[in-house]
Amino acid sequence: MRLLPSGSTALLVELDDLDAVLALYAALADRPPAGVVDLVPAARTVLVMTDPAVTTLDAVAAALRTTAPRPGARDEGEAVELPVHYDGADLAELAGLLDLSPGELVERHTAREWTVAFCGFAPGFGYLTQPGGGWEVPRRATPRTRVPPGSVALAGEFSGVYPRESPGGWQLIGRTDVAVFDVDRDPPALLSPGTRVRFVEVGGR
Amino acid sequence: MSRSLTVLACGPLTTVQDGGRIGQAALGIGRSGAADRAAAALANRLVGNPAGAAVLEVTLGGLAVRSDADLLVVTTGARCPGSPAHNAPVRLAAGTELRLGLPGQGLRTYLAVRGGIAVPPVLGSRSTDLLAGLGPAVVAVGDVLPVGATALPMPGVDVAPVADPPAGELTVPVLVGPRADWFTVDAWSTLTGAVYTVTSESNRIGLRLEGPALERVRPGELPSEGMVRGALQVPPSGTPVLFLADHPVTGGYPVIGYVVDDSVDRCAQLRPGQSLRFRATRG
Repeated sequence: MRLLPSGSTALLVELDDLDAVLALYAALADRPPAGVVDLVPAARTVLVMTDPAVTTLDAVAAALRTTAPRPGARDEGEAVELPVHYDGADLAELAGLLDLSPGELVERHTAREWTVAFCGFAPGFGYLTQPGGGWEVPRRATPRTRVPPGSVALAGEFSGVYPRESPGGWQLIGRTDVAVFDVDRDPPALLSPGTRVRFVEVGGR
Repeated sequence: MSRSLTVLACGPLTTVQDGGRIGQAALGIGRSGAADRAAAALANRLVGNPAGAAVLEVTLGGLAVRSDADLLVVTTGARCPGSPAHNAPVRLAAGTELRLGLPGQGLRTYLAVRGGIAVPPVLGSRSTDLLAGLGPAVVAVGDVLPVGATALPMPGVDVAPVADPPAGELTVPVLVGPRADWFTVDAWSTLTGAVYTVTSESNRIGLRLEGPALERVRPGELPSEGMVRGALQVPPSGTPVLFLADHPVTGGYPVIGYVVDDSVDRCAQLRPGQSLRFRATRG
């Protein structure tokens, strides 16, 4: 664990890999040290935000060093099923880039469960990983200015679902009708760190 | 009689803001909230509102409202001609109009009403997050903004003796950031020695600056990581962006430094064309 300065109210914890991030995040979310008001897990880091009226960064740093990570933290219960129409604009080209047929790409996307590693980019946008990984997807050279809501996409080792229309550089492989973010629903975000997801193909291609 | 304010004009941008959404960053939901937290907090204190009550954030004046009941109001932050209530609460009798002119200096004026602006909260906050598209809609002409009833005893202060936001150059303390080692040693000297100018592309998300580029020693991409307001993120162009209230929860460009949190409020009052200097400090 490396503690990096992140301004007068936060610390950035850098870890070796995503599993270490999830394990530390699970421990901190379960029992946040005094004065910690928010956490942002990401690919290799956990940002720890504090309330300076309640604590000091030194005190939080000391608490972080004695926090025992909770490895293997995964949500129990059923995985969230997301029905997907695999008709994305980049499906054929991306499959070619990866030396797969479109069918094989879909097969890989649906065969194994995904887990939400962390969220970011937009409210309710989850970065999903498959255990063992294996994906190495380049971003589009030129990002789209408008990606439709519900687009199911790939980039790097991650898959994700765009919660609403936004710009985006990920490769679009399909779309789902399920709203992954809805402020009128409790909880508003369908996908939060640790949630397990299974993509299911519906309709034709 | 309804306790409300009717919006007659709203200037370039008026939004409802409170203390923001805290504790939801792990879902990709940022804090948002008043860009100048100190000015918004002062406005609430002066009318006896709980800290974090919702206020109006008025950008470059232009707001006109009519009181639909006898209300107690105050303005703080950028001083607008036309406000009899600047840093000093006044009673706005039913049917009276309050018209804010263009401030001579500073960018954001906070209008607090005793009882707080009581539009429905979204995910626990009445703040409009312009990047995420969350919270109440941007204030528009014809809106009737309900005023709440929850208030604390009045503080008994007639006028708060606070300085107006500065018109000229601003110098703020900056701390070494998490990715300072991605840059040359000269880059840090440049950042803390040069003058940067606020450009017109600035908004609640961040201040876009013009000035000398900061050179990197490490090429390649940074895996996205979390950041808070005050971050000086450096995109490939080399000129830093200073993140304000509606900044993204995570970013993929390295952060060379952080403006000390309290000073971010003063940065949020900078207008395009104003100069900004960063003075190196240690936390």
